[in-house]
Amino acid sequence: MVAQLVRLKLTLMANTFRRSVWQTIGFVVGALYAVSVVFGVVVGAIAGGTANAHGAGNVFVIVGAVVVLAWWLVPVFLYGVDATLDPHRFITFGIRRWNLVAGLAVVGVVSIPGIATLVTLVGAAFAWWRTPLVVVAALVGAVLAVALCVVGSRAITTVLSPLLESRRSREVMAAVTILPIMLMGPIFTWFSRQAAEAAGEAGALSGTVAELAGWLGWTPLGAPWGLAVAVHDADWLGALARLLIAVASVVLAAWAWERALARSFESPRETAGKGARGKGLGWFDRVPATPVGAVAARAATYWRRDPRYSMSFVVIPLLPVIMWFAGGGDAPEVVLIAAPMTGWMLGFGISNDIAYDHTAFALHVATGIDGRTDRWGRALPVLMAGVPVIIVLAVITTALTGRWEWFAPLVGLSLGTLGASTGVSSLVSARWLYPVPKPGESPFKQPQGATGATMVAQGVGMGLTLLVSAPALVLSGLAIGLAEPVLGWVACVVALAVGVAALLGGVRWGARVYDRRAPELLQRVLSYS
Amino acid sequence: MITLSVPAPQPASQPSAPSHQPAPSVPPPDPSAALSLRGLWKRFGQKIAVADVSLDVPTGSFYGVVGPNGAGKTTTLSMATGLLRPDFGTAAVHGTDVWTDPAAAKRRLGILPDGVRLFDRLTGAQLITYAGLLRGLDRATVTERTEDLLRAMDLTADRDTFVVDYSAGMTKKVALASAMIHAPRVLVLDEPFEAVDPVSAANIRDILHAYVADGGTVVVSSHVMDLVQRMCSHVAVVAQGRVLAAGTVDAVRAGQSLEDRFVDLVGGRKEGEGLAWLRSSSASS
Repeated sequence: MVAQLVRLKLTLMANTFRRSVWQTIGFVVGALYAVSVVFGVVVGAIAGGTANAHGAGNVFVIVGAVVVLAWWLVPVFLYGVDATLDPHRFITFGIRRWNLVAGLAVVGVVSIPGIATLVTLVGAAFAWWRTPLVVVAALVGAVLAVALCVVGSRAITTVLSPLLESRRSREVMAAVTILPIMLMGPIFTWFSRQAAEAAGEAGALSGTVAELAGWLGWTPLGAPWGLAVAVHDADWLGALARLLIAVASVVLAAWAWERALARSFESPRETAGKGARGKGLGWFDRVPATPVGAVAARAATYWRRDPRYSMSFVVIPLLPVIMWFAGGGDAPEVVLIAAPMTGWMLGFGISNDIAYDHTAFALHVATGIDGRTDRWGRALPVLMAGVPVIIVLAVITTALTGRWEWFAPLVGLSLGTLGASTGVSSLVSARWLYPVPKPGESPFKQPQGATGATMVAQGVGMGLTLLVSAPALVLSGLAIGLAEPVLGWVACVVALAVGVAALLGGVRWGARVYDRRAPELLQRVLSYS
Repeated sequence: MITLSVPAPQPASQPSAPSHQPAPSVPPPDPSAALSLRGLWKRFGQKIAVADVSLDVPTGSFYGVVGPNGAGKTTTLSMATGLLRPDFGTAAVHGTDVWTDPAAAKRRLGILPDGVRLFDRLTGAQLITYAGLLRGLDRATVTERTEDLLRAMDLTADRDTFVVDYSAGMTKKVALASAMIHAPRVLVLDEPFEAVDPVSAANIRDILHAYVADGGTVVVSSHVMDLVQRMCSHVAVVAQGRVLAAGTVDAVRAGQSLEDRFVDLVGGRKEGEGLAWLRSSSASS
């Protein structure tokens, strides 16, 4: 069974290569990246172990615990990303459940992250090369750790799958995930500053590390690594206890996984959960009864209801916070970036709008609406929501700096950027399409083999926006830098004018392209399915 | 890349087109027909999906397009309705060319494409309203027709449910409703009865028959021969991108059942090679 499943997984991998060259290139790049990371980590571990075996051991415990945690939690958020060997697909074959569990566990290692983890852990074990007995203990720990990673991650996703199967909770999950990702930067900044301060007081840092490692070593997350440390310290009882904790964790995870599988096999998934219900016609009642109004109402509905769009709303209020941390608290001017950046982001949000529609775009082609209708309908909700949001952000960030003479150029630049970005997007989205997560998929899922097209389209979009906004950027930059009120108002007017011109020009040009190529655009998105 | 005016390709380059004549022999489109296709060609890579399809769908007919999987039904209907640009050939709706005056042609067309998504984050009522507003109808008309369509499709109870949570049959019905809201003169429906339950299918058939009785024209594709024989007045048999037979159902089936006639025309029945080991009497486990 195990061998058959591994062969199946390898065949599936090989078949994806046959489908597209870009996918193969993506895989090779991913593999090369993994090799370089693995190599770096192993070399670093061995060097560290040679210099200070005990200290390195403590670091292993902490890093190792993070790795296990990542294995456990990442699949929960990226639910549905890799469904190649979904256990439900084996339901009709009548395979003995424990055979399936064993097979899927081994298959879990057969992937770039799986193999990379295995090789890294085995390699890092040789950091203890001075004391061979510890190497043996570390190897045992490494095998246990990999088992814990794979079995644990499978157990958690399977146990949680009844929860995740409802569309709504998946979407909420996806939108919430953006928070830790966005805050990662500020947290690291804060942490490294704390660490740097702690390092000032000699020994305090290594003391903290040792304490944390000692504590983590007793948890299931750190026990497989604590094993080697305990052996190194000749703490035989401690080593035995940690071995037991690690083994017990793996067994417990496997048992939980098996039970969850059994439950889901006996009561197969309920597909039509009681979905949320809308109320009335929503935006469709509030817009003018014209085709442009209809497209705008549809787009506005999607901005709220589709996590691929609504995610950007979660990000915007965080922007000033992130900028504040990026400035380190002592360069408050940096927060000024938040408002123009929001303008750019909102406009950029529709730069691949037709690909986001996916084949539902057929309705626009079938009804034969013209390019002007389609383009304005998509642009208007962005502008209507964007203008007040940006003004509020500009007020808040200016207040944070306390320099009100900066307000005029800032608000001009921000609104101008919104206009320019929306205009450029209206053109780009009719011309350069690239595959995106389909409706209902995780917003983080990167469609395979789309890297080239994505880079071209986004590059063109950003380049054009930058080019169009250049005069406004320079003028506003000067006005803010020189703190010259008159220049500030000039910059404000120029930036607004440039933004409006870019918006009108972009929509118009985009509409012409749309009118010429609408059926081809439809065929393009059809080819993405 | 797209040259509508260029005559059809030379036979030499088309191995599957042994007796194809160049374009001048193609007669002009019939302006009295609801849908008039002339010399449509489409190639995808190495595969010729549609090879020289010409068809006239008479006004007021209930026209079935039947063919095996991959016969080119969807490709032909997409080219006829302005969703896929043909390599060669023309399509006209009541005399209006689909590819030179798409806006006017599409106003007369209601389309149910196969294999496309809907804007499924909208509720059923919102989706139908959206289609109506896109067609430029005023709000009162849209509201009234949306209610009528929801009732006719038996979707009133699920009007506020998101389309993403609809069953396959309900999805088909709401898509059909969106295709009909502007009261088109021609309805082109690709596999309209797939996954639709028998009661709803009967209701939809009634709606379509009433529509035809009032002078509308319906084109449906299907591979359920029985249904086409009972429901349609005309039929075209398509296989490997060509029209093998077209005309009234009675003329095409020539005394046989449509299914038998279809199998005769298309071929591909295998005889005498059963799966011997599948018989339970051979008992080898």
